[in-house]
Amino acid sequence: MSENVEVKTLTIDGHEVSARRGQTILEVARENNISIPTLCHLDGLTDVGACRLCLVEIAGVSKLLPSCVTTVYEGMEVHTDSERLQKHRRTILELLFTERNHICSVCVANGHCELQSLAQSQGLTHVRLPYRNPDLSVDASHERFTLDHNRCILCTRCVRVCAEIEGAHVWDVMGRGINSLIISDLHENWGASSCTRCGKCVQVCPTGALFDKSKVGSEHPKYPDFLPYLNLMRESQ
Amino acid sequence: MTLEELELIVRSVRQENAAYDYEVNVCMDLACASQGAEKLRESLVAAGDASDKKIMVRRTGCMGPCSMGPLVRVDPDETLYSHVHASHAERIVQSLGDKPIPDLQCDLNEHFDKQVRVVLENAGYIDPERIDDYIARDGYKALLTALMEMTPYGVVHRITESGLRGRGGGGYPTGLKWGTVAKAGGDTKYVVCNGDEGDPGAFMDRSVMEGDPHRVIEGMAIAGYAVGASKGFIYVRAEYPVAVSRLTTAIREARRRGLLGNNLCGTTFNFDVEIRLGAGAFVCGEETALIASIEGRRGTPKPRPPYPAVSGLWGKPTLINNVETFANIPPIVRNGGKWFASMGSERSKGTKVFALTGKIKNTGLVEVPMGIKLREIIEVIGGGVSEGHTFKAVQTGGPSGGCIPAEMLDLGVSYDALLKVGSIMGSGGMIVMDDTSCMVNVARFFVEFCMTESCGKCIPCRAGTAQMYRLLSRICDGSATMDDLDMLEELCATVKETSLCGLGMTAPNPVLSTLKYFRNEYIEHIVHKRCPAGVCNIHAPAEVLA
Repeated sequence: MSENVEVKTLTIDGHEVSARRGQTILEVARENNISIPTLCHLDGLTDVGACRLCLVEIAGVSKLLPSCVTTVYEGMEVHTDSERLQKHRRTILELLFTERNHICSVCVANGHCELQSLAQSQGLTHVRLPYRNPDLSVDASHERFTLDHNRCILCTRCVRVCAEIEGAHVWDVMGRGINSLIISDLHENWGASSCTRCGKCVQVCPTGALFDKSKVGSEHPKYPDFLPYLNLMRESQ
Repeated sequence: MTLEELELIVRSVRQENAAYDYEVNVCMDLACASQGAEKLRESLVAAGDASDKKIMVRRTGCMGPCSMGPLVRVDPDETLYSHVHASHAERIVQSLGDKPIPDLQCDLNEHFDKQVRVVLENAGYIDPERIDDYIARDGYKALLTALMEMTPYGVVHRITESGLRGRGGGGYPTGLKWGTVAKAGGDTKYVVCNGDEGDPGAFMDRSVMEGDPHRVIEGMAIAGYAVGASKGFIYVRAEYPVAVSRLTTAIREARRRGLLGNNLCGTTFNFDVEIRLGAGAFVCGEETALIASIEGRRGTPKPRPPYPAVSGLWGKPTLINNVETFANIPPIVRNGGKWFASMGSERSKGTKVFALTGKIKNTGLVEVPMGIKLREIIEVIGGGVSEGHTFKAVQTGGPSGGCIPAEMLDLGVSYDALLKVGSIMGSGGMIVMDDTSCMVNVARFFVEFCMTESCGKCIPCRAGTAQMYRLLSRICDGSATMDDLDMLEELCATVKETSLCGLGMTAPNPVLSTLKYFRNEYIEHIVHKRCPAGVCNIHAPAEVLA
């Protein structure tokens, strides 16, 4: 750490907290045990600000800003849990549940799914929007893992971990809008792709979209915590 | 190239033109070209060759009233002929020096009198593929004046003084943006021209790029000098092949004349421009997505800050302006900021080009001073809706804008006034609707557009617009309930407040504005299973009809 660290003080939900210059609101909030829901953010990957669940209110700013990419400034007054935010978060979760075919009871990630946990913690008791029930495929061509598009929420964690950490860039997004799809290489079967079989994407996937074949029908907890550690070790080399 | 050399070109062009007694200008813009303007031009040339009069036939960019095409303007008497066919060529040539042909003459005095042409001053007067034509109408004078007589700071100051605001839709003060990029550190900076015009019903930027490409290049070069950039990119959508070819020609000609390249005008200033083609994604008009697209990546927006002015193309400070904004620069530098600020309203200066389309008599391109009443644009310049119909609403700002009802026609056009009534200035599309338009259906059309054009990165825009479209379809086919309407309003609020970029944030505007002014039409569809305009095909269940 450099010697002259600039310290900023701000309030989050009424708590006075201090932060280093350049830190994001999310980092500071988590350091101070203030929870902000996230889905596309993962410690160790670059942030894209796509899931919109970590939006926060900042006094004097009319727009809602994503806390994962918004850096702190002196005197900032952040609110992370207003009624307006809760309402938006629940609607966003509803949109996610209705977008594809999320059926928790038959999912390998049941009980270990970040989407499921978020719905519970945000108090999403029922879904008011109609389900879209899209017809999506499952790619089971890989010898060790399976990709089930029905459970994908397009958080792009797999895309980022493969490109940034593994350096293989097997995953990418195809199409646009509601028809976006995660693909391996140039839309080839995962099994026939340039995949290095490292399995990082499976560990970072927040839902049951990417899973280990040996875990089908059984409990499938995921361990994405290796990422910050891996980055730390690489940096120190 | 120096100012003196420029003057020499002007003189030689004038001399060349003086050899002709008459100039016959044929509009070759898309609307006229699709109705046989090329054949008409050939016939005019042939007829001119056959006669003993000295006639120059010139192809020009858009003259404005596209619904009257193909258009021909005969100079020096400025007679405008409309709906001209190749078979009329001989009659036109014969009439030169005599009385105009009454049955072809186009009476649009009111249409033109209300307009003020700054951006379009050359459109219809120059051959877009001839740089000398442009130079003869004061072209590149602004660039050379800026290079020889002004400091970069002076240029920024002049733009700030003019009060020009971004013409792409947001209305961000141009001078402020230039100042930010000029102050940003680093040796490498970029100037980017956003020509990814994608709003349905908007074609202002296309017409400027096709009709007067050098003006955009000149504007960019001045911007490069002002902010300290030596490289520019014009991002044009591939759906505009004519614009691409005209710009390519223009860049080549400008390089040949030494107006682009190294050591411009003998100074140390270097500037060159490259064209980049968009592959058809509407979202690439959003500046961060546009930057990603130029870099060769997937065109998806990024959260701002950092703004492109600080970290843009390849992480360097980047100035992004719209085609029309750049087209405003040369006249401002030439005539001064105060001249520009004298036009327009309090907080919106200058003129704005609008593409007038829909259920209106004179469709086409118009340029009006800011602050003009919507009523004047629609009833006087546009000629009103066709007979037997009544005006219902005007849609501005494309899929990001809203519908303005008849009661508000006396609104003066400015960024702030349009925002206040729930629409936006946008890039300048203006779609007029009469009593045959169903407002629910219109809202559904724009939401469908946003749904298919959403990049899919953030959830509210990706899935929210799809759900909104579904609810609107239900209303249109008569299967919706009042609960669906509540749900629709709630979704609009979430999509508007939580989306990542402008596309999602503004996607609910067409729905919100029609709900605000035409709520009864929604109720009619839902409760009475009836479409007041007779557009939606509702099969009402028997119990409702009974």
